[in-house]
Amino acid sequence: MNGFGGTILRINMETGEIKRTPTPEKFAREWMGARGFVAKTVYDEVPRDADPLGPENILIMAPGVLTGTFAPAGSKIGFGCISPATNGHADSNMGGHLGAEMKYAGYDMVVFERISPEPVYLYIDDDTIELRSAGDYWGMGSLDLEKRMKDDLGEDFQIATIGPAGENGVVYSCITHDFGRQAGRCGVGAVMGSKKLKAIAIRGTKSIPVHDLPTLTKSTYDIIQRTKTHPLMEPWQKYGTALFVGWSNDHGCFPSRNFQTTYHEGWEGISGEKLAEEILVTHKACFGCWINCGKYSRARIPGKPDIYVEGPEYETIALCGGSCGMTNIHDVAYANYLCDNLGLDTMSGGNTIGFAMECYEKGIITKDDLEGHELRWGNIDDFENVLRMIADRRGIGEVLSHGTKGAAERLGRGTLAFAHQAKGMEFSGYDTRWYSAQLLSYCTSDIGAHHNRSWAITADIEIGQDTPEGKAAVVIYLQHIRPLFDTWCCCRLFWGEVDVTAEEHVDTIGYLTGWDVTFEECMKISEKIWNLTRSHYIERNGGPGRQFDVAPARQLEEKVPSGPAEGQRVGVENFEYMLDDYYYNRGWDKNGNPTREVLEILGLPHVADNLEKAGLLGEPFEDGVPKVRGQRLKPKAM
Amino acid sequence: MKIKVAKENCTGCKLCMQICAIQHYGEINPKKAAIHIDAEYPAPGVYTPKLCVQCGKCMEACPVDAISLVGDAYIIDPEICTDCGICVEVCPFDVMFVHADAPTPIMCDLCMKCTEVCNTGALTAVE
Repeated sequence: MNGFGGTILRINMETGEIKRTPTPEKFAREWMGARGFVAKTVYDEVPRDADPLGPENILIMAPGVLTGTFAPAGSKIGFGCISPATNGHADSNMGGHLGAEMKYAGYDMVVFERISPEPVYLYIDDDTIELRSAGDYWGMGSLDLEKRMKDDLGEDFQIATIGPAGENGVVYSCITHDFGRQAGRCGVGAVMGSKKLKAIAIRGTKSIPVHDLPTLTKSTYDIIQRTKTHPLMEPWQKYGTALFVGWSNDHGCFPSRNFQTTYHEGWEGISGEKLAEEILVTHKACFGCWINCGKYSRARIPGKPDIYVEGPEYETIALCGGSCGMTNIHDVAYANYLCDNLGLDTMSGGNTIGFAMECYEKGIITKDDLEGHELRWGNIDDFENVLRMIADRRGIGEVLSHGTKGAAERLGRGTLAFAHQAKGMEFSGYDTRWYSAQLLSYCTSDIGAHHNRSWAITADIEIGQDTPEGKAAVVIYLQHIRPLFDTWCCCRLFWGEVDVTAEEHVDTIGYLTGWDVTFEECMKISEKIWNLTRSHYIERNGGPGRQFDVAPARQLEEKVPSGPAEGQRVGVENFEYMLDDYYYNRGWDKNGNPTREVLEILGLPHVADNLEKAGLLGEPFEDGVPKVRGQRLKPKAM
Repeated sequence: MKIKVAKENCTGCKLCMQICAIQHYGEINPKKAAIHIDAEYPAPGVYTPKLCVQCGKCMEACPVDAISLVGDAYIIDPEICTDCGICVEVCPFDVMFVHADAPTPIMCDLCMKCTEVCNTGALTAVE
């Protein structure tokens, strides 16, 4: 099959049995890759009552149709499972070079089943596939281990690892690769750890079969030449995502001190400009990407060892930096390094520590809980102490290892009101009190409050920041855009920032595979994925769906106390209005449950049957569901 | 024409490797490229593009005279080459690459395609 590696692997971690099957073309066409493969496979295979960290959960690793090809930044690989943070569908992807290497070895998906009796790592060298002992590696930091495995196996192996946090089941543990690229969200690292899978090492030397190489080559070559001179190319190359630290503060959406306010005094000290000036070592790209948003840095803090880290990028700066009250780029880079090496998502990790700092400020967490240490805003030593407690799940670290929702449930005392999460996943680095579409995005997301499910900040600006009207349909459209990139597995930056159209990417898929694929077909796959993972969440957690689409009280009720967004809040009434509007426009009932009609339109009648059996199928629409579900809007780049 | 390498500008994206394999083998497979990128991570954080510097040592060592200077570049004649590997062994810069499916060692022929796709100035064409 053109465009793909050709083989799916199933590995029983308990018995060591490895099964190879050809990748069915129907499966590939209907789901395209990573996020699609995960959505279908996890829905079909994981029992609804399976413990996310138990033997019945599966862990999937899958690149997509464009990974490893000469498509713009065809670098991505997805991981998926049931999330220990949300108890729902999970998928998280990363760039780097692992996905391409996996395709060159000839594989489109690996499904890890059951639990290994001993720590192991997966070794793939083209057709040689082995589970090897990881006894010597267990306990090592993610970055330390990647270096060790490169020394042990060879520089040309691509490596993915987990750190101690993943071994210990911290629900926001990540999978790390290429010294700083992470599948960070949903706790995929914890599921990998639960399977006693410490690392994955892949070397592939084969060619990816292609339908029309000359046209594919010319198309990408022309896109390269055209985008080289795009006005946003240079700033992106220079600063990466950290470019937007200033923008977010100017627009009142930057989280400061656990989202207490949305303008961070001292943001200039943790800006992209400061990064480039003080700590940048080199620019670092993922496979096949000429934007090179990755910034590789060295932090120097008196009394601590010099460290190298990829980043900090925007989300890390916002959540380890702003939300934890930091104003020094060296501190943020050091926090980034600690999270990476311990194997923790910098986003949920930074968010959770910001939450803990507010608990400390309010006297809910005390020095007694922190082994005699303090937990002060902006203090890197305090940050390091509590982070290590979390990775080890020691003392208060055990409480915080469950994320902000789990911690708030254990701590009580009104802490849930300032736990910035949805469905158990922490907010990304955007406060939403002046950005109601973004709040709707966070709260209706299948995996929780992740900005990459749909980023609606500029849509809010375009539609109007003071109104809830017209937001829902646009959020749905944006929610359908992201799965394109998460299934194709090319980076979305070319679309979002330098004017490569989604249709151009679709054309590339055609040149690669020979399929007569269209943009509309891909958008329908996106909608299918959203409906499938929504249904899956409801099936696992019990309906109605609406009860899970909940916003933190601070975002609804507390007015922003300072900065450009001063006085803003979303308000309960506006939020409920947007939910009603959203469900209607999705073809779901007012309880947020998918209807049979919409599921059948999307080719998911069996999902409707399953929901019906569980008493969770949406009430039918009297006049039928809306024919067009989602309204096209491509917000301008920032 | 020659290729000037400014390693401090290299970001490790491998576009050069991709276009090289496409140009010379008609395949999507950067392992078949005449240019590779060394990565020194986590410290000091340096990428180094490695490709032929056209020193000619391979031509001197070739036992069957399969390598000759054509224009500015040393070229392997696949009709003559026996894939004995001596040129790979003697290469002082380790920039003659091998791949199991390639009939001869892989070396840069200065086609310049890599310099056309590089967006960072790591590889540029110079007279």
